Amino acid sequence: MKQHSSYWAFVVHRVSGIALAVFLPLHFWALGNALQLEGFLQWTQQPLVKLGEWLIVVALAAHLGGGLRVLALEFLPWRDWQKSLAAAAAAFALAVGLAFALAL
Amino acid sequence: MTFRGEARLWIAQRASAAVLAVCVAVHLVTIVYAVRSGLTAAEILQRTRGSIAWFAFYSLFVLAVTVHAPIGLRSVLSEWLGWRGRARDFALLLFAAFLGWTGMRAVLGVFA
Amino acid sequence: MARDLKVSVWRGGADGAFQSFDVPREASQTVLDVVTHIQRALDPTLAYRFACRVGMCGSCAMMVNGVPRWTCRTHVDKVAQQDELTIGPLRNLPIIRDLVTDMREFFDKWARAKGEFRGHATRKDDFAKVRPDSPPRVQANAGIECIGCAVCYAACDVVAWNPQYLGPAALNRAWTLVKDERDRGGLERLRAVAGDAGCHACHSHVSCTERCPKKLSPTAAIAGLKREVTKAVLHGDL
Repeated sequence: MKQHSSYWAFVVHRVSGIALAVFLPLHFWALGNALQLEGFLQWTQQPLVKLGEWLIVVALAAHLGGGLRVLALEFLPWRDWQKSLAAAAAAFALAVGLAFALAL
Repeated sequence: MTFRGEARLWIAQRASAAVLAVCVAVHLVTIVYAVRSGLTAAEILQRTRGSIAWFAFYSLFVLAVTVHAPIGLRSVLSEWLGWRGRARDFALLLFAAFLGWTGMRAVLGVFA
Repeated sequence: MARDLKVSVWRGGADGAFQSFDVPREASQTVLDVVTHIQRALDPTLAYRFACRVGMCGSCAMMVNGVPRWTCRTHVDKVAQQDELTIGPLRNLPIIRDLVTDMREFFDKWARAKGEFRGHATRKDDFAKVRPDSPPRVQANAGIECIGCAVCYAACDVVAWNPQYLGPAALNRAWTLVKDERDRGGLERLRAVAGDAGCHACHSHVSCTERCPKKLSPTAAIAGLKREVTKAVLHGDL
């Protein structure tokens, strides 16, 4: 069933949040092994790991964008459609910029 | 939990979100810089080890995460898995402690 | 237009099923026209609610192709896909029979949200002088046209996922009273609308605002309640 944009914004926000909650313990654990950082950094060159990194960056950007949308709706006197647009633009820009910056 | 407690959780969630918005921005810029500069592990650790400012920043980052992630999951657990009540809240407290422990272990490893 | 509409209508209670009817298409036909035709010409046992037929009372609210609408204000041309239509009772409410739901829980939650005006003046006092352009009054006015049709309640996913959640209509009404300078509901009302069963459960899907036939924004009202509760908590009042 076709849904409005705010609904999808919520779904993306929630799914990306769950993905981050699952990923972060792994991220912390790996970094905690910083004494072997060189070996760890080499491991991150693997294509599957790079894909995972990119997904996490996108999830972070999407979650941040969705979060900004919620904060705007809850604290600012904006119109609804503007808020979705603004956050979508922010998240998209961030994701694109990061993907590019990370040169993947 | 009382409505008062739940209202406080909401406030903590929004406050930690604001902190994380800043922390995430700084973190991403830093990581992108390190990656594009082609820094090796030794070079990275040389810059991070013993830095009080970075240690403080990332400790704040970890603290904000331990507040924000469990409260976020709380809604997911109740709404999508039907898990409510003290057991769920206790499990989330354990998850927060786990995040805090692994997070500080990482911060100590990189910045101490 | 000689083509018939193929209409699937929910029959029975929660354990019921869809039944199919062939309904002739007419010009400017509404979904309520379709339901009326079925009951009058095809199956008199069909149970459904309506009253004004002209988009004022909200009694005819039903799920049309999975979306809650006022059936008297929904033109078949706008919603029928390939001459097919699915009509069901409003979501999130117990089904009495066919297209009729038990609205008690909807109004009980209204009461639980302290959605009634608490005045303090008597007939001996002068009229309250409320400036219509004062910011609180403007905010209250944005929400007072609610007629309790439960379309927003049916549209809300949080209502579906969280049985205790008061819902958009009850919270919207509470907000209009919070913004009413004559009202003395105060902290008691804020306590009633705070927490997992109240405003804090809203995730801003904005489905309520999207579907409200009176173009109200419960999303904005609930956001307002969040801010008011936060102020009260931080002042140590709550």
